[in-house]
Amino acid sequence: MVDTKIKIRDLDFFYGKKQILFNVDLDFYSNQITSLIGPSGCGKSTLLRCLNRMNDIIPGIKVNGNILYNKFNLYKEENSVVEIRKKIGMVFQKPNPFPMSIFNNVSYGLRVQGEKDKEKIKKIVRESLEKADLYDEVKNRLNSSAFSLSGGQQQRLCIARALAINPDVILLDEPCSALDPIATAKIEELLKKIKKEHTIIIVTHNMHQAKRISDYTCYLLDGKIIEFSETNELFNNPKNKLTKDYINGVFG
Amino acid sequence: MVKMDEQKKEKIYFTIFKIATFFSVVLLGFILIYIFVKGVSVINLNFLTSMWNHQDITKGGIFPAIIGTLFLAVGVSIFSIPIGISTAIYLNEFAKDNLFNRLIKLSIRNLAGVPSIVYGLFGLAFFVLLLKFGTSLLAASLTLGCMTLPWIITTSEEALKSVPNSFREASLALGATKIETIKMIVLPNSLGGMLTGSILGISRAMGETAPIIMVGATFFMNYLPKSAFDKFMALPYHLFILATQHSSPYSREYALGTALVLIFLVFSLNLGMFVIRYKLRSKKEW
Ligand SMILES: Nc1ncnc2c1ncn2[C@@H]1O[C@H](COP(=O)(O)OP(=O)(O)O)[C@@H](O)[C@H]1O
Ligand SMILES: [Mg+2]
Repeated sequence: MVDTKIKIRDLDFFYGKKQILFNVDLDFYSNQITSLIGPSGCGKSTLLRCLNRMNDIIPGIKVNGNILYNKFNLYKEENSVVEIRKKIGMVFQKPNPFPMSIFNNVSYGLRVQGEKDKEKIKKIVRESLEKADLYDEVKNRLNSSAFSLSGGQQQRLCIARALAINPDVILLDEPCSALDPIATAKIEELLKKIKKEHTIIIVTHNMHQAKRISDYTCYLLDGKIIEFSETNELFNNPKNKLTKDYINGVFG
Repeated sequence: MVKMDEQKKEKIYFTIFKIATFFSVVLLGFILIYIFVKGVSVINLNFLTSMWNHQDITKGGIFPAIIGTLFLAVGVSIFSIPIGISTAIYLNEFAKDNLFNRLIKLSIRNLAGVPSIVYGLFGLAFFVLLLKFGTSLLAASLTLGCMTLPWIITTSEEALKSVPNSFREASLALGATKIETIKMIVLPNSLGGMLTGSILGISRAMGETAPIIMVGATFFMNYLPKSAFDKFMALPYHLFILATQHSSPYSREYALGTALVLIFLVFSLNLGMFVIRYKLRSKKEW
């Protein structure tokens, strides 16, 4: 039996008056990869961004319901957004390294936290790049600009950057949608590797990707959870007709 | 058939643009050459470094006017750059996007288009008379500062807008606060743009004549301003006096010489701006 890391209960989400998520109940299990799939515009990113309160930066949003992270209600503690984001990291759809060196990208989170110990920073940067399977490719040019890397390398750099502050949960929003199959495969491999230490939640519109990497899959449609189960179960033996239509390609 | 027409049209447009460009370049070149040829004869060390001699202008120099204009530029910078950049940061990074704030932004943009003489009038009423700064370097710096502020705010806002939001999001997602994000990501990537905009605004203020006549510039002074409450000479006003009010037969040449010095100062500032911009451009990669 696996532990539950994050519990979503009765979650409604609004952009202004427009409701995007309806009564979402969902559990994410520790050290598992959970995929969120569904047609574009169904609210996957919105749901994911509720988990580290990234939606807070958009004016006019409203959130009802509860999200519990280790018994800690994410939406009750008003001032802990920064702490939440240190524990729940995020990787975005388009690789978005900062316009600075590879090294400084990875060390950014530590520097923000006021870490001064140069040796410690070096060590963590190296470990994070190794975990993101990037170290060997960049070890001789840690001081070159992050923009000198290929798209796939940039995305792994963003993963290393997120890993450097040792988050408990890592959220990824279609991290491979801008990448070629080889770069995608590399990221999938590394995700499977790091799930030993982190809980991983990934949004993908690619069902094959969900099948390949995730332990659990959740199918979302028009802001409602249609079906959530173990990945094999969901793809081989969907309970809901809507899920069946989607994975058989009847839909979108 | 249609394609031919399109090509023809394109050619006609190109030609019009080319002629317009050619015309403005030739005009500008002509003005510069005229000023240079006529003005360079009066420029010598004495002209640049000695006090003004109102009786015999061939004996004196424009040193106090150069210093006055430089003091003015410094005064305007001290006042308008910090306030302008801070305002832009507030408007772009903190202010909510509501009707009130949009109205404020719109007003600032409109203020940038108000004629400088109106700022002069405001400066006279507010700084000179109400705050009792008198006609002085201080009053003139503040007046030109007010005139330059809207421009600095607007260009700084543009510089801040050019920093992609994805950088801000990435930083926030790593547990940085908004202030930390501004300090570590937004400012380093926009300061260059903000400074080049500011310098451009300052160099325009350096050439202003109308407002400073009302708030502190004087056409004759044989000492340098000793405090911010002194009057001062300034190149553009000096140039105006020489060109229109002075009876010396040499005044035309001396006016053009003064113009040359003013142009040189403004060009140097703009050159500095281009250097900053070039350095940052080569670093910018998104
Ligand atoms: N900032 C926003 N303001 C208003 N509506 C938004 C905003 N972002 C997304 N939406 C809307 O919310 C819905 C869900 O978007 P999103 O979560 O991005 O979907 P997905 O990631 O599944 O494609 C869409 O209809 C989208 O138009
Ligand atoms: Mg999305």
